[in-house]
Amino acid sequence: MVGDVFEKNTLTKGVFLLYFFLPMLTKKKGVFLLKKHFIVTLTIIVALTLMLAGCGSSANNNSKTEAPPQETADAEKVFKIGISQFVEHPALDGARQGFIDGLKEAGFEEGKNMEIILENAQADFPTTQTIANNLVRENVDLILAIATPSAQSAANATKDIPILITAVTDPVEAGLAKSLEKPGTNVTGTTDMNPVKQQIELIKEILPGAKNIGIVYNAAEPNSVIQVNIAKESAQALGLQVHEATVANSSEVNQAMQSLAGKVDAIYTPTDNTVASAMGAIIKVANDAKIPVIGAESGHVEGGALAALGIDYYLLGKQTGLVAAKVLNGENPADIPIEGSKDLKLIINKKSAEILNLNIPESVLNRADEIIEK
Amino acid sequence: MLQNLFITIFELVPMLLKSAEQGLVFGVMALGVYITFKILNFADLTVDGSFPLGAAVAASLIVSGYNPFFATFVAFIAGALAGAMTGLLNTKAQISDLLSGILTMTSLYSINLRIMGKPNTPLLNQSTIYSLISDFFSKIWPSFPTEYTYIMFFIVFALLIKILLDAFLKTQIGFALRATGDNPQMIRSQGVNTDLAKVIGLILSNGFIALSGALVAQYQGFADVGMGVGTIVAGLASVIIGDSLFGSKTIFISTLGVLLGSFLYRFSIALVLSFRLAQASDLKLLTAIVVIIALTAPRFKQTFKVSAKGGKSYGNS
Repeated sequence: MVGDVFEKNTLTKGVFLLYFFLPMLTKKKGVFLLKKHFIVTLTIIVALTLMLAGCGSSANNNSKTEAPPQETADAEKVFKIGISQFVEHPALDGARQGFIDGLKEAGFEEGKNMEIILENAQADFPTTQTIANNLVRENVDLILAIATPSAQSAANATKDIPILITAVTDPVEAGLAKSLEKPGTNVTGTTDMNPVKQQIELIKEILPGAKNIGIVYNAAEPNSVIQVNIAKESAQALGLQVHEATVANSSEVNQAMQSLAGKVDAIYTPTDNTVASAMGAIIKVANDAKIPVIGAESGHVEGGALAALGIDYYLLGKQTGLVAAKVLNGENPADIPIEGSKDLKLIINKKSAEILNLNIPESVLNRADEIIEK
Repeated sequence: MLQNLFITIFELVPMLLKSAEQGLVFGVMALGVYITFKILNFADLTVDGSFPLGAAVAASLIVSGYNPFFATFVAFIAGALAGAMTGLLNTKAQISDLLSGILTMTSLYSINLRIMGKPNTPLLNQSTIYSLISDFFSKIWPSFPTEYTYIMFFIVFALLIKILLDAFLKTQIGFALRATGDNPQMIRSQGVNTDLAKVIGLILSNGFIALSGALVAQYQGFADVGMGVGTIVAGLASVIIGDSLFGSKTIFISTLGVLLGSFLYRFSIALVLSFRLAQASDLKLLTAIVVIIALTAPRFKQTFKVSAKGGKSYGNS
C-alpha cells in the first residue's frame, strides 16, 4: 500500500509539472500568447495528463486486485511521520536516526506500519516554513522538528498535529511550550539543554591548574547564548576566568581561535551548530597551541576534542522516539513533560591527550563511557 | 482516471495557496531588490541585514506590547535608515556600492542582536497584524474564513506596494531614479543630483525589505537574527525570473513580474519538497534545476521556432 501511495503521488506531481512548465513554451517576450500553438500545447498537455492519469489509476487497480481492499482496511494503520530538520550536521543527523530507532523499539517500523517523510531546510529559514506547511498539507500523524527554527515553524503551521521536538535547548523561551513539566500545547519532546555546570567542573578536574578558559560560540544561536551564560556562572564559582570569542559562521572560527590561543588554558565548546560544523578548525589551532578542548557532545571528541561529557544526540533522539510512540498510541502531547537527556556520556580521546602531552587523571579515565585510543 | 485528476487539484490548491502567501510576502522584499538591482543598477547587499532588521524591530516592539501595525511601520523606518546609511557610505564616503552594502549588512548583524537582546524572539502567542485583521473581520462577519486571512491580506498589501511603487517611478523623482540607473552621465549633465537619487532609491528599497522582514516574522511566528542569510539570493532570483518570463516592457509589467517571480521561486521549492526527495539534502540542487528549467524553456522554444520557420524573427519588443 505504501508503494501504491507513492506511485500515485509521483504521477500526479509529474502531471502538474507539465501544467506548470509547458505553457511557458508558448510565450512570446512579455506576454503569454493565446493563439494556435497555445491551444495545440494545451491539447498535448491534456492528452499527456489523461495518459499519465490512466497509468496511475491502472497501477492503482492492479495493486488493489493483488491485495483485497477489505484486508487492507482491517490491517494495522500506517502512521505518517513528517520529519523537519533544520540543517545537516552529525548531531542532528544522529538525533534523527535515534528517533527512527526509538520508534522501531516501540513497535513502529518504517515500511511496515509507519511511513516517513524526511525534509531538510538546509539552514534556510523560509524553507522551514514551506516544509512545515507541506507536512500539514500531507496530513501527517506526527511531526518531528529537529532544532529550534524548524520547531517554531512547525508550531506556527499547526496547533492540532502533535509536534515532537528534539535538539531544542529552551522550548519555553522559544515560545513552544508553556512549561517543561506540562507543555499545554501540541508540542512535546526532548531538550538538549546541556549539563554545562558538570562540563566546566570536568575541565577543572582534568586541568586542576587552569585559570582561564575560552569559549567559542555563535552569538546568533539562542541555545549557545543560554549555555554561555550558565558557563560563566559556573566558571566564576570555580574561580575560572572566561574569555569569549563569537563567530557568525564556520569560516570565522579559525580567527576566533587564534584570538584565544595565547590567553587561555582550555577551550570549552558548547552545543553550537556553527561550532559543531567547524570542529576541525578549532582542533587544528588548539593542537598547534597545545590547548585542550573540552566539548559538550560526543561529536566534538570524534572531531578531535580531548574530552566531552554530554548528550549523545543519538540517544536523545531515541528518547524522543519513545515519547513519540506514546503520542501515536493516543496520549495527549500537552500533558507529556519535555525531558532532558537521561544518559550523559563521558568520552575521552587518548590520541588528543598524546598530541597535547597531557596526563588525564585516573579518576576521570575510570568513569569514562568510551575511550578513543586511535 | 478522473479521480486521480481530482486528487491532483485537491493536493495542489493548498500548495499553491501557501506558495502564493510566501511569494507575496517575500515579493515585497523582491520589489525592494528590484529598485536597486534593476532601476538603480546598484548591487545592494544591505538586504541580508535590513530584512532581519525589520523582523527584529517589529518582533521586539510587538513583544513589548506595541500595536503590531505601529511595529511594522517602525520596521519600515528602520530599514529606510539602513538604506540611507548604505547610500551615504557610497555617495559621500565614496565607498563602492558592493562594499558599502556589505559594511551596513555586517554592522546590522550586531545591531539586530542588540535590538532583540537575544538571537531569537518568538511571536507564537502574540497578537500580530494578521490576528488583528482576522479578529476584526470575525466580529463584523462571523463566518469569516480566517484561514484565508493571510492570502487576502498579502494580495491586497503586495499589490498596494506595487501600485505605489509604479506611481512613484512615474513622478519626477522616479524618472530621475530610472535615469540614474540607465545613464548617470547624461542625467548629471541635465542637472539632476544622481547621489540624491541613489540615496532615495536605497532608502525606499531597504524600507520595503525591512517591511517584508517584519511581515515575515509575524507570518512565520518568530524573528531570528539568522533569517537574513540568503535573502538577496531569493530577491535576485525573483527579479530575474520575473524579468525573463514577463519582460520589462513597462514598469507595470516588470513590477508585476517581480511578484510573480517571487511566487514561482517559492512554488519551485514547495514543488521540489512535495516530490518526497529520496535524499533530503538534494533540495537546493533540485530547486536550482527547477528554476533553470523555468528560465530556459522559453529560450529553447524561441530557437526551435526560428529554425522551423526559416529564421523568422520575433521582433525586438
